[in-house]
Amino acid sequence: MREVAVVGVGMTQFGPSEKTNVELFSEAAMDAIAESNLEPKDVQALFLGNVFCGFEEGQVTLSAFAAADIGVPYIPTTRFEGACASGSVAIRDAYMWVASGAYDIVLAGGTEKALAMGTAYATRTFAMGSDSRYEAPTGITFPGIFAMMAHLYAKKYGIPLEQLKEQMAMVAVKNHHNGTFHPKAHFRKEITIQDVYKSIMVADPLQLYDCCPFSDGAAAIIIASAEKAKKLTDKPVYFAGAGQCSAPPLPNQKDITLVKARQASAKQAYDMAGLSPNDIDICELHDCFTIAEIVATENLGFFDHGEGCKGVERGETQIGGRIPINPSGGLKARGHPIGATGAAQVYEIAKQLRGECGERQVEGAKTGMTDTLGADLCMVCNMIFRI
Amino acid sequence: MAEEREVNSASFYQFLTEKKLMASRCKKCQALYLPPHPICTKCHGSDMEWVEMKGNGKLAAFTAIAVGTTCTIEEGHDRNNPYVAGIVELDEGPKISGRISGLDARKPETIKVGTPLTAEFPEQEEGKGCYVAFKAQ
Ligand SMILES: [Zn+2]
Repeated sequence: MREVAVVGVGMTQFGPSEKTNVELFSEAAMDAIAESNLEPKDVQALFLGNVFCGFEEGQVTLSAFAAADIGVPYIPTTRFEGACASGSVAIRDAYMWVASGAYDIVLAGGTEKALAMGTAYATRTFAMGSDSRYEAPTGITFPGIFAMMAHLYAKKYGIPLEQLKEQMAMVAVKNHHNGTFHPKAHFRKEITIQDVYKSIMVADPLQLYDCCPFSDGAAAIIIASAEKAKKLTDKPVYFAGAGQCSAPPLPNQKDITLVKARQASAKQAYDMAGLSPNDIDICELHDCFTIAEIVATENLGFFDHGEGCKGVERGETQIGGRIPINPSGGLKARGHPIGATGAAQVYEIAKQLRGECGERQVEGAKTGMTDTLGADLCMVCNMIFRI
Repeated sequence: MAEEREVNSASFYQFLTEKKLMASRCKKCQALYLPPHPICTKCHGSDMEWVEMKGNGKLAAFTAIAVGTTCTIEEGHDRNNPYVAGIVELDEGPKISGRISGLDARKPETIKVGTPLTAEFPEQEEGKGCYVAFKAQ
């Protein structure tokens, strides 16, 4: 496989939007194309992540309309669905196709209008990500899955639940703080641990501020062969490695605090890059719930099992800490337009490695990782980038 | 005849309506599947037989859900009336997710992993048959 780089990135404002999925994606795509010093006609293929367009807008065939909207109707286009990891699996596939030599320049990313569904309908459609034949009547929600994870984590490592709740709240406080520096974040306001404790209970022990929001938004990435990339930009951000893995339905997963699919996916990415967790300077990971961030930092090898919660407490995951996690604000503050989230993570890593993040810049970051987790812990995609 | 029913989710729900919690077992390697699987994921054989679970197990994971799914809201659950859901490990080995009754959803701190449970078969919304749930003994 040949070397491949990200040459341009674009992202819409995350949060409520009146625009359609296609309009959102076109806005992000045109920014990414312009940043790459390209024209739309240079794009050879489109890889588009999206989960619920059929439910959000009564619209499928989204990738074709997206390509037509930016003026390149006659190229191969595909929509990728990998639950919350859709944007990432689209980008990983785009990377593979360029690395294989099939294309030199592709457009990849994701778009979603999660807010268009309203909370009740959204909850119903989100539940389709679980093994719906068997799990629908149980009443288990996505917050419920991560709530079970929190209880099991506390029990497994002998941490009083009250203490874990405080450490989880610190994740929310950190990510909201980082989000204040991201001009395109859904939420740009500081919160306190008390704000988390005062928010409504969703699924014990997760309260509202332990959960990420639903958002509308899109993000887009231009991926090019290294040869092309060097001609297009002074700051190519190279793919170092990527991994992806699935898992069986939740009850068949042995220990949900270990997220086996993530361990396998991350190992593929580390092995391909020839790197270890110690080599990673920054990570954008899937903090759909505060406990999810703590567990992910362990699954990815940044902390020993049962130590991730202490890492947050010690400030090791803040910007300026040992391993800054979610400098963008993460899903918690940047927002979670499902199919676009993975692309927004790549957007952040590219901007960070190019040193363009202003107040949220992690100084000297040279190697960055993304982590996106979908459905009931059964879709994971990881990518590692370097300059 | 139970044994002749095809191994699929329709048969599983048909059995639930008869108040039977049925797993599938691979005749070649004895691996047990709940929900049932027509294909053995261990030896990839497809010669399966039905086995009735006794319905006894223990709580392996849990939460008390205040903001529920559409069907639980229709049942009358809300923030003032949460419900317990979780994963149950049956005595025979398989794990299955389910609604849990007989525990105080308003006092989740009193709920313990390992609590003994028994299967029950409540009616789903009209015309949809039964589903499997569990009750604390
Ligand atoms: Zn077998």
